[in-house]
Amino acid sequence: MSRYFTQDHEWVDVDGDIGTVGISEYAQSQLGDVVFVDVPEAGKTLSKGDEAAVVESVKAASDVYSPVSGTVNEGNAALTDDSSLVNSDAEAAGWFFKLTLSDPSELDSLMDEAAYAAFVEGL
Amino acid sequence: MSDYASIIDQADDYVEPEILPLPLDAWHRAHGARMVEFAGYDMPIQYEGIMAEHAWTRDSAGLFDVSHMGQLVFSGEGVAHALETVLPGDIAGLGEGKMRYSLLLAQDGGILDDLMATRLPDDQPSPFSAQDVEPEAYDPLHPLPTASGSFYVVVNGATKYDDISYLIEHLPDDVTINILEDQALLAVQGPKAVEAVARIVAGVDGLVFMTAGAFHWNDVPLWISRSGYTGEDGVEISLPAEHAVAFADALLALAEIKPIGLGARDSLRLEAGLPLYGHDLDPEITPVMADLGFALSKRRREAADFPGAERILTQREHGPATKRVGLIVEGRQPAREGAEVIDDTGAPIGRLTSGGFAPTLGKPIAMAYVPLALSTPGTRIEIAQRGKVHTATVTAMPFIPHRYVRAGAK
Repeated sequence: MSRYFTQDHEWVDVDGDIGTVGISEYAQSQLGDVVFVDVPEAGKTLSKGDEAAVVESVKAASDVYSPVSGTVNEGNAALTDDSSLVNSDAEAAGWFFKLTLSDPSELDSLMDEAAYAAFVEGL
Repeated sequence: MSDYASIIDQADDYVEPEILPLPLDAWHRAHGARMVEFAGYDMPIQYEGIMAEHAWTRDSAGLFDVSHMGQLVFSGEGVAHALETVLPGDIAGLGEGKMRYSLLLAQDGGILDDLMATRLPDDQPSPFSAQDVEPEAYDPLHPLPTASGSFYVVVNGATKYDDISYLIEHLPDDVTINILEDQALLAVQGPKAVEAVARIVAGVDGLVFMTAGAFHWNDVPLWISRSGYTGEDGVEISLPAEHAVAFADALLALAEIKPIGLGARDSLRLEAGLPLYGHDLDPEITPVMADLGFALSKRRREAADFPGAERILTQREHGPATKRVGLIVEGRQPAREGAEVIDDTGAPIGRLTSGGFAPTLGKPIAMAYVPLALSTPGTRIEIAQRGKVHTATVTAMPFIPHRYVRAGAK
């Protein structure tokens, strides 16, 4: 399984043609206390870069963009009950949604962990 | 007037070129603050996190650096009457060491700022260290304040230079305005604030809500009022900026006190139902529209002698077209400033001026201006935000009870 990152601080884990999407540890630290998450419903078709989810902290609302194109399999229902999972475990239990990739070649345009770490370092 | 114009130009120029550091800038950074630009200053938005800081203030005591706010002293012949020409409160009737929330009104009755005015004690040395500010700009207005018959006024940071320009234009020449640029202002707010501060500042627990007096910490002169903008008991402390770091260290050494950023200051004041200038109040809004009728003192209403009195008193009698209300928003998603209140057809009929998640209540709340007919508590309204419709209920403010320690309650 490989993990990729976007410049908008989403991550996607890819296993076969299934991707799991969330926001990075850096993103959650910038957002602060998350109080609400709106995740996409199963069956929704997303193109790379589409607004896929909303995350709201005490401070502000932010859109989460889909790092790749595909069809949503499920949103993370756990976030509806406890949105603070995004703060406590952004890159694992705090995932937003899973989707079936329609064009895995899009992954080539994303950063790997090392490249993303360097990108964040430069911010 | 030409002299005044040049003074005003210099006052404006003073803030524009750069973002200024607060006296405690390095102190905030050393304590882990994330800094943001606000009102022309670099200010701490948060330290450990808004939710934790909010809860700490409600349960214990928080230290807020509000040194960006404008601290002004007005003195001179007829100063109380002069202030009453721009404020609708009973300023002349304020006793020594007593303070009042008031509103700086434009000539049409619109709100230019909200502020706290305190009558300083007569026949005592000024509680503020001798200082003069921007001598080039303020020389024409001459000397240092004499304490007798003076008023200490705290205005918003983002509006202070506009306020000063307006006051110079509208107050008589007999009134001297001194800007206390070299005074820091620290607020300690929360149920344990006063007991904690009293351990290092003897006698501060003798103050009651909306009174103020001169105190000392070591040899540093402090001007302290029992007031604040969080809905909690607490004090606001003006002191020479050169001593701010040492005093902040002494406050933070008290177990009850932690530093709190602007983020929690905003969520605390929102829960307390307190309007924020530039958001919930602006020049298009009158005191009656803002539901701040308490700031119109009885004597002043009867005399109808404040700016915009006819318009404001007519609104008071017949009701304003729109009015500031509190809202509790259904669900978990916050509705924020700028979201529209809509009618059944989806047409905008009002606007949110503040909104966010209320940490103490655990739900989203907001302030909005809505048509008078929809302003009764219990009324359900709809809000449009980013393509989604939210339902909200008009709710009496404050959202959580104020916990001020008033005279007679001690």
